Amino acid sequence: MSTTQEIQFSEAVVNRINEYISHYPEGRQKSAILPILHLVQEEYSWLSEPLMNKVAEVLSIRPIEVYEVATFYTMYNLQPVGKYKLEFCRTSCCCLRGAENIMDYTLNKLGVKEGEITPDGLFTVIGVECLGACGYAPMMQVGDDYIEHLTPESIDEYIDSRRNAAR
Amino acid sequence: MGKKIILEHDHVPGLKNYEVYRGVGGYRSVEKALKTMSPNDVVEEVKKSGLRGRGGAGFPTGMKWSFIAKPEGVPRYLLCNADESEPGTFKDRYLMQYNPHFLIEGMICSSYALGCNTSYIYVRGEYKFIIKILEKAIQEAYAAGWLGKNILGSGFDLDLYVHTGAGAYICGEETALIESLEGKRGNPRMKPPFPAISGLYNCPTVVNNVESLAVVAWIVNNGGEEYAKIGVERSSGTKLISASGNIRNPGVYEIELGLSVEEFLYSDEYCGGMQHAGRDLKAVVAGGSSVPILPKELILKTAAGTDRLMTYESLSDGGFQTGTMLGSGGFIVYDEAACIVRNTWNFSRFYHHESCGQCSPCREGTGWLEKVLHRIENGYGHWDDIDLLVDITKKIEGNTICPFGDAASWPVASAVRHFRHEFEYHVRYPEKVKNREHFAAEPMRLFMDEFVKK
Ligand SMILES: Cc1cc2nc3c(=O)[nH]c(=O)nc-3n(C[C@H](O)[C@H](O)[C@H](O)COP(=O)(O)O)c2cc1C
Ligand code: SF4
Ligand code: FES
Repeated sequence: MSTTQEIQFSEAVVNRINEYISHYPEGRQKSAILPILHLVQEEYSWLSEPLMNKVAEVLSIRPIEVYEVATFYTMYNLQPVGKYKLEFCRTSCCCLRGAENIMDYTLNKLGVKEGEITPDGLFTVIGVECLGACGYAPMMQVGDDYIEHLTPESIDEYIDSRRNAAR
Repeated sequence: MGKKIILEHDHVPGLKNYEVYRGVGGYRSVEKALKTMSPNDVVEEVKKSGLRGRGGAGFPTGMKWSFIAKPEGVPRYLLCNADESEPGTFKDRYLMQYNPHFLIEGMICSSYALGCNTSYIYVRGEYKFIIKILEKAIQEAYAAGWLGKNILGSGFDLDLYVHTGAGAYICGEETALIESLEGKRGNPRMKPPFPAISGLYNCPTVVNNVESLAVVAWIVNNGGEEYAKIGVERSSGTKLISASGNIRNPGVYEIELGLSVEEFLYSDEYCGGMQHAGRDLKAVVAGGSSVPILPKELILKTAAGTDRLMTYESLSDGGFQTGTMLGSGGFIVYDEAACIVRNTWNFSRFYHHESCGQCSPCREGTGWLEKVLHRIENGYGHWDDIDLLVDITKKIEGNTICPFGDAASWPVASAVRHFRHEFEYHVRYPEKVKNREHFAAEPMRLFMDEFVKK
C-alpha cells in the first residue's frame, strides 16, 4: 500500500489545486476541499485512504476532516469502480418514463448486479437519485456527461462502442 | 403567448456566448446600476417588483436583502443556490445552460445592491457540463470588464466563482450550503442566527436561487413597477416551470404567474396534454417532490370550485387539506396507470437517502417511512401501516433543525390523505401487487377500476 509520501500530484494537478484555493479568503483553504476531491478522483478514479491523507496534507487539515467530507457526499468513489460508471436516475419522474425498465435492461445485458464491476473492468451500473434531467427521462450520467432519452437501442450502441474502443 | 423575461432570447442561437448575449442588450443593467443608481436604489426596485424567492419558499427577495447586517470592515457574501436537487426540478439547469450570462448579469447587480465583493455560485457536482459553461461565461465577463476590480470605473469590485458540490440534496438548504462551502459536511445550522447576520465564515450572507438572482437584471433595466405589473396578486412576474412525467411535452417553460393549471397542462404551448392518448390524468405534484400531491379534481379546481392558477396563493388555497404549494416549480404529472404507493415509496427512499442524519426524528423517521412503504408496495403491508405512516409524519414534522423533515413528511401525508384507497388496495390484494417490479404498470389502472367499483 502506498503511503502519503509516495503520492506525488502532477504539476498540472498542483496548479489546479492552487487555483481552487485562491478562490477563497486567506486561511479558508479548507473551502476548496470538494473541488479538489473531484480533481483527485478524476486523476485516480477513486479516493483511497492515502490519497485522502495527501489532500489533508495539501490543505493543512487533519485527515479526519477529509474522510468526514468524502463519506458524506455521494459523488466520491470510496472503492474502485469500472472505467465507465453508468449512473441511472431511479427517482419517480424518470420511473414514470421507464427508468426502472431501462436499468434492468442494462444490468441484464452486462450480466451484473447493481454496484458490481463487469469482468472486463469496463462498466459499473448504479441507481442514483434525481439528476435534474426529469424532463428528458430515462437518463444516465457517465462521467461528465448526461445521456438522456435512453432506449434499449441507445444503451446497446453506447455499450458496444465502449467495448469496441477497449479492444 | 405569455410575457418572457428569462427565455426572451431563447430562440437566439449561441446565446451562451458573450458576443451574442451582448448583442441582444446583455449587461445593460450593470451599466445602469453602477452609473446611475445607489446600492439602495437597486434594493428598492427589487422590493417594488414584489419578486419572491424562486428556490421554493417564496420569501420576498427585496425584504430578505434589507435584513443583511452591515458591520464596518466585515465582508458580505452573496451565494447563488444552484444545487437544484429537488426531484422534478430542472429549471435552473436550463437557465444556466442556455443563458449563463443572464445569471452573471443579475448577480453583478445583486452583489452591488448588497455590497458584496465576492460571490459564489454553488452548483451541484453532477452538473459538470453546466459548470464548464458557467466558468467560460465568467471568464468572458472578466475579459469584458464586467467583473474584477473597479468595474466600469465605478469603484465597485466583484469576484465571482463557481463552487462545485458533490451530490447531497441537503446542500440546497441554505445553511447546509454554507457549511458545504466552508469545506464541511452539509449539516444545516440552527437558526438564529440567520445567514443575513452570520453566514459564510460568520459574515453576513444572502443565499438566493438562480432564477431569483437572474431576473434582478431585468428589474434593474425595466424598473420594479414594470415587473410587478406581470402576474397576479402577490405572485408577480414570471416563473420557470420544469414539467415531467406522463405529459406529451416534458421540458422547461416560462409562464406568467396566474396562468391556469388546466391551460398549462393541456395547451400545446406548454405540456401538451397527456403522454398516452386514452389515459386520463390521475395526480400532479406541482412544485417539486416535497409539496403535497393532489388528485385531478383538486389540482384543476380549488375545493371552492374556482380554477386553480399557477400562483403562490391559488396553489396553496385550502391549506394542506385540499391545496399544495408552488414550491420550486417542478411540475410532475401522473396518469391513471401510475401507482401512487410506489411513487410515495420512491420519494421516501430519496428522503431517507438524503437526510443529513443530525436530528433523530428525521434520520430514523425517514427510514421507517421507507420501510413501511416498501412493505405495503410489495404486498406485505398490514392494515395498521396506513395510519402508522401518518403518525410517523406527524412526529417528524416541525421537530427538526431544518425544513427537510417537513419536506419528507408532506409527500407521504398527502398521498395517504388523497389516495388512501390505493394503500388499502395494496393491503387487501397483496397477491396482485407482489412482484410487480415496475412503476407505471398498465394493470394498475385495471386493478384499481375493479377495486373502486366494489
Ligand atoms: C432540503 C432543502 C433543499 C433545498 N434545495 C434548494 C435548491 O436546490 N435550490 C434552491 O434555490 N433552494 C433550495 N432550498 C431553499 C433554500 O434553503 C433557500 O430558501 C433558497 O435558496 C433561498 O433562495 P430564494 O429566496 O431566492 O428562493 C432548499 C431548502 C431545503 C430545506
Ligand atoms: S431535518 Fe433532517 S436534513 Fe434537516 S438537519 Fe435534521 S436530520 Fe438533517
Ligand atoms: S427524476 Fe430522474 S432526473 Fe429527476
